[in-house]
Amino acid sequence: MKISPAWLREFVDIPADYRKLADDLTLAGISVESIEDEGARTVYDVDFTPNRVDAMNHYGVARDCAAIYDRDLKPIAPVIPSEREPQASSSRGTPTAQFKIDIQDPQGCARYTARVIRNVRIAPSPEKIAQRLELLGSRAINNVADASNYTLQEIGHPTHCFDLDLLAGGKIVVRRARPGEKLKTLDGVDHILHPDDLVIADAVKPVALAGVMGGFDSMITDRTRNVLIESAWFDPASIRRTARRHAMHTDASHRFERGADLGITPTACARVADLILETAGGQLDPYETDAYARKIERPTLTLRRRAVRRHLGQDIPDTEIARILRRLGFVVTVGRTSAAVPVQSAAPASKGGTHAAAAEEMADFTVQVPTWRLDVEREIDLIEEIARIYGYDRFPNTLPGFVGGVIELPDARKDAKLRASLLGLGYHEAVSLTFISHADAQRFSSATPVEIANPISEEASVMRTSMVPSMLNMLGYNLNRGNAGVRLFESGKIYESMGARTDEQRRLCIGSTGAAIPPSIHAPARQCSFFDLKGDIETLLGSFQFNALYYDANTPDHYRPGRSARAVMDGATVARFGQLHPQVAAERKLRLSAQDIPEIYLAEIDCERLYRHDLRQIRYQAIPRFPAVDRDFSFIFDRTIAFERIQNAIAALRVADLHALVPVEIFRGGAIPAGKYSMLLRATFQSSERTLRDDEVALWSQQIIKSLESLGGTLRSQ
Amino acid sequence: MYTVPRLDDYSPDALDKPVADLTSALEQESSAVTDEPSWKEFRDHWMARKNGILTQINDLWLKAAPSPRKREVGRRVNELKAKVEAAVEETRERISGAASQAKFKSDALDVTLPGIRRPLGAEHPIVRTMNDIVGVFKAMGYSVAEGPEIETDYYNFESLNFPPDHPARDMQDTIFLAGQAHKPARDRLLLRTHTSPVQIRTMEKQKPPVRVVIPGRVYRNDAPDATHSPMFHQVEGLAVDTNITFCDLKGSLDHAMKSLFGSSVKTRFRPSFFPFTEPSAEVLISCIFCGGGGYQGAARCPNCKASGWIELLGSGMVDPALYGFVGYDPEKYSGFAFGMGVDRIAAMLYGVTDLQLFFNGDVRFLEQFS
Repeated sequence: MKISPAWLREFVDIPADYRKLADDLTLAGISVESIEDEGARTVYDVDFTPNRVDAMNHYGVARDCAAIYDRDLKPIAPVIPSEREPQASSSRGTPTAQFKIDIQDPQGCARYTARVIRNVRIAPSPEKIAQRLELLGSRAINNVADASNYTLQEIGHPTHCFDLDLLAGGKIVVRRARPGEKLKTLDGVDHILHPDDLVIADAVKPVALAGVMGGFDSMITDRTRNVLIESAWFDPASIRRTARRHAMHTDASHRFERGADLGITPTACARVADLILETAGGQLDPYETDAYARKIERPTLTLRRRAVRRHLGQDIPDTEIARILRRLGFVVTVGRTSAAVPVQSAAPASKGGTHAAAAEEMADFTVQVPTWRLDVEREIDLIEEIARIYGYDRFPNTLPGFVGGVIELPDARKDAKLRASLLGLGYHEAVSLTFISHADAQRFSSATPVEIANPISEEASVMRTSMVPSMLNMLGYNLNRGNAGVRLFESGKIYESMGARTDEQRRLCIGSTGAAIPPSIHAPARQCSFFDLKGDIETLLGSFQFNALYYDANTPDHYRPGRSARAVMDGATVARFGQLHPQVAAERKLRLSAQDIPEIYLAEIDCERLYRHDLRQIRYQAIPRFPAVDRDFSFIFDRTIAFERIQNAIAALRVADLHALVPVEIFRGGAIPAGKYSMLLRATFQSSERTLRDDEVALWSQQIIKSLESLGGTLRSQ
Repeated sequence: MYTVPRLDDYSPDALDKPVADLTSALEQESSAVTDEPSWKEFRDHWMARKNGILTQINDLWLKAAPSPRKREVGRRVNELKAKVEAAVEETRERISGAASQAKFKSDALDVTLPGIRRPLGAEHPIVRTMNDIVGVFKAMGYSVAEGPEIETDYYNFESLNFPPDHPARDMQDTIFLAGQAHKPARDRLLLRTHTSPVQIRTMEKQKPPVRVVIPGRVYRNDAPDATHSPMFHQVEGLAVDTNITFCDLKGSLDHAMKSLFGSSVKTRFRPSFFPFTEPSAEVLISCIFCGGGGYQGAARCPNCKASGWIELLGSGMVDPALYGFVGYDPEKYSGFAFGMGVDRIAAMLYGVTDLQLFFNGDVRFLEQFS
């Protein structure tokens, strides 16, 4: 909102230039974001916090200035010809000349003040008013409408002017809309009203959406002769519901839904009348109608010196406390008056016990909250007012004492271990948005996705049920830009709908395409292969403690059969990995060019399952002092014999001093018959206790040959 | 080539000349050696058991010497023997050194060519920044806590003092889950708009003293562009105990900002509004790029828009209303909370002008952070 410092100076004597004033206001919580123009045309762009609706006008800001600089605030005194006010502030039993206001919904409308001016002459506003409105970014319309806008800028209370002659039945009714009722608002939009919408109606029909916008058919036009000024107080929640329902956000609704000033309606009404009389002429009906349907009590609060110190950490002199609050319009009594009722925290479920303590304690101040501060309800709210005007800068910096230990997240070390390994293996850490499309959710997971009610786009309509689509999107982003070598990992969550609940699970995803070893002048590149990825998976899983780990070819169908595997650790699948199915790659157009279709590798690690295992406990093993003996075996096997079976067969021999068994070479084709392969295996024997004898090694070698022959293998040579 | 003369006179004085001749011949031949074959020739000429010069002087000088002179001649011959052996060894060293020099020269590498690198992965700037922030607070005694990203209205709003239908909710454009209409308002699920729900979850689980730092992903209904992302990251903190004051809030955050950005950084606190804190403060740090002066040389500092200050955190004293939700006695306990947007801080630290770069996985971006 725009605020003119020149206008502020009309209400309070400010001992600072406009720059200093902007700083001082900002440091008191009225944040001046920027300053435009110079001299009399200087305007602040102010960002008001939503709790400070009282300050969203010049008089309100001037009140804060009065507190900041400890100066008097000039009263708002509308000049109206007849000071002959009616006795009662009720609409009943007053002379017939008075316009009738019927508040049928006291919850929605607590107060409705109206005045009538007859025989106005609609014309453009005088320059002073028009210029000021324009300076503040508001368009001048005509002298009557502008009177209402000007008052809004000046004292913040939204008012509305009706063409009196267009109101049927000579009365105003404040009620909820009836089913099927329609209203065209000032902006020319037709609305079908909801029975919860609070409306201003005449005897027949709605003429305004209360607190939001006036009606088109009763607006001030060039033909308007007689004007009814509305200055009312509407219930914040009701206005908010209506404004949202009709997607309307107006200056009026902005203020009413944050809580307007119940006490200012007569002043605002008179101020509009004052301006109309000055700019449009006419005669004011002598009677103000002030319908008061519901009293809203402002609390009387007790303020304890001890509480000020407990929250703020510093004593502030009594005189300073009283001065600040009084300047802001609070009525402050030092000590406790008998009438004062301690008002308890508005917090739900605030625990008992403190009530009695508070009541017994000597209250140091009794504070009456003004009608414009609906945000101030509790002692802490007063403490905040004191702190912000006193100045945050005046509080010293201290550090609180603390005894206790630092507790890490339970999986912090495991996370850090995997992350360090992946970074060391050359994968870049990526972060992607956690939304995916419905189609991707179905394609890559059988989980029920968590659906978003107001998605950013169709491509982001559910929470991801798999990390894979996000990873493929990132790989695709790179390939589309000609980035050939991509190695990424992302540690994140997947989300699943479980009936009324949702579940969030930790996952790690790796994506890679292009070179496993980048090319250099010294050596050509080597393309990433299944076994590059498997080696990395082995490294990652090897950080954990387990009894048994095996790999098999059981993978979901987004992987290429025969080039993908899963890792099963102590009976639970902890990882799936391998080449992305070329079909999926083609569907997603994962390629560098039409000719260059790289292989894409993926891995998904289930952190929830993996983290059930501890990190590997490291124990030193004595380095063998006795020599190792190698024996090589070259065998021909049927291609159905997996290496795992060879390993298991040899392990079943339980040769205690068999230190390692490593496949050294594998060969297919050539002299090897179709459907067979040749493998060179190297067994290393070593004892920690003695040098092995030749005859022992020969015996074990024979056992190994026999067990491999039992798998159908044929020994080629030794 | 040198040949060993027969001696006529074995007197000590008469020996001097043949010894000197032999020594000078040794030096001359040694210096003539240039490579392995010539060295071998040299060695054999002097040291061959059969007819080498040492053998010859043994035969021609020592053995031929008359008995009374044998002692003196023997001494001279032994000296010469040591001299020859040393000369042969020295010569070998000289020519092998030269050979390796030549080899080193011929197979020298161009050491200015680039090395063979095994590229390291790069930490994501957001994760790195988040870890740095969390690390600072851990060092100040804060434990680490986390919470779900899919939250209930109760934890995200209501228990944080955002009443239903309250305008304060407009400050946070919320992403809601579908299919929630049948539930009571407080149980409806949404994507958390801040990490603050974890404050409530922590206090529900634990009695004071509480000191936690809470990193996490949060969501707002903002279309992605250079300065907005529907998903971003926050670090939140909470300290609750007896006697925690606004001065402690200021001191703690001032200390943390100095740890993060350097000891010369200054902080400034100004009033703000959050439903779950009161009083609330926005925390600014003196611009880390221009040092707070607002200008870099003659140019306006673009990082702080020449103001000298950068807005970094939201903070405040925990609103006593929150204690009602978690069963703390508001007359006994007080505390402060703070929160900051990690993505924005990372963008500022690394000069990233488009937030989308953080989330599209472009290796040309990511590899810059290794």
